[in-house]
Amino acid sequence: MTRPARPTRDRRATGFFVGFLVVALLIAGGLSYFASSDPDGLDSVTLEGCSVVETDAGEQLEGTCIARNAEDHALGSGPLADYAVDGADGTVGPAGVIGVLVTALLAGGLFWLLRGRGTPPDRDGTSGS
Amino acid sequence: MTTAVPTGEHITAMHMSDGLVNAPTAAAFGLVAVGALVLAARRARRDLDDRTAPMAGLVTAFVFAVQMINFPILPGASGHLLGGALVAILVGPWVGTLCIAIVLVVQALLFADGGLTALGTNITNMAVVGVFVGYGVAVALRRVARRSRAGLLATAFVAALLNTVVAALAFVVEYAIGGAGGASLGTVLVLMVGLHALIGIGEGVITAATVGAVASVRPDLVHLLRGAGAEPAGAPARTEGSPA
Repeated sequence: MTRPARPTRDRRATGFFVGFLVVALLIAGGLSYFASSDPDGLDSVTLEGCSVVETDAGEQLEGTCIARNAEDHALGSGPLADYAVDGADGTVGPAGVIGVLVTALLAGGLFWLLRGRGTPPDRDGTSGS
Repeated sequence: MTTAVPTGEHITAMHMSDGLVNAPTAAAFGLVAVGALVLAARRARRDLDDRTAPMAGLVTAFVFAVQMINFPILPGASGHLLGGALVAILVGPWVGTLCIAIVLVVQALLFADGGLTALGTNITNMAVVGVFVGYGVAVALRRVARRSRAGLLATAFVAALLNTVVAALAFVVEYAIGGAGGASLGTVLVLMVGLHALIGIGEGVITAATVGAVASVRPDLVHLLRGAGAEPAGAPARTEGSPA
């Protein structure tokens, strides 16, 4: 694959990319447990005017607010819905790790296919495998 | 009458749900989003090569990860990164638009976060408006960004703060056009701008820290520091794009 033309540089690039991915995995897999569960800016606005009431059927909205118009998500019963694995408590980390890996593969693959023949001129052109 | 609240255990829904704007408005912004993505995909090609393509993939995954981290802004309210300025500075506006759109699609399809018919409005607000506002501010301040490390961090902060507020304004515009009702336009405007000015501070800090970290290790991978008027100092000969 890669000729020994610029081994140092290639190793350095690979090291940076691996490090970047590890940081993303740590954030999604670990730091996510410490994320605030309060409504975000948009949700706060759409909930303005309503109060959230606990009932037997779960949380319900009372009052007049934009969120009363919100529809349930069509894929709300999916295996990773709401950043939990099969709805299980305490699985935001694994769900986040899956999300990072899926996103990296999807985006990386798409961008790899989209890239022009514009290999940098200082490369020896063998890195495409 | 009551309505079920669609909230998760740890992380609440982060983007527009279905039903907040009426169907014609959702459809119209769906078309806007598709048009923007087609254009972005065509223009992104020239910013993508063997080195920037993997970088763009990782930036996308990083934005997904950081968007999971809601930080408190007021009692009972949180915010999270949108990422427009971040991706624009690191990989350019066209690739950046695709990055955020991919995050939004993954979130909507896999994590039930952000409605399906709301994808058009969410992509318009965060992947198009947010990215290009962030990019415009960053380019306007590019000379500052290139002068010093502090200048780069300040540029990233300001670009991110403004990308957050203007993306929030884009929602207000959509609500004005076809909002489903439940709150007055004035209330929505004041609350959206006020809350997102606070969120924008967090967005600015995260964006500056991330851009600063990448620039200290691999300045050649920061799109804003490349491009028009090649950078003399920060970019050794290995940097791509410099005409041989």
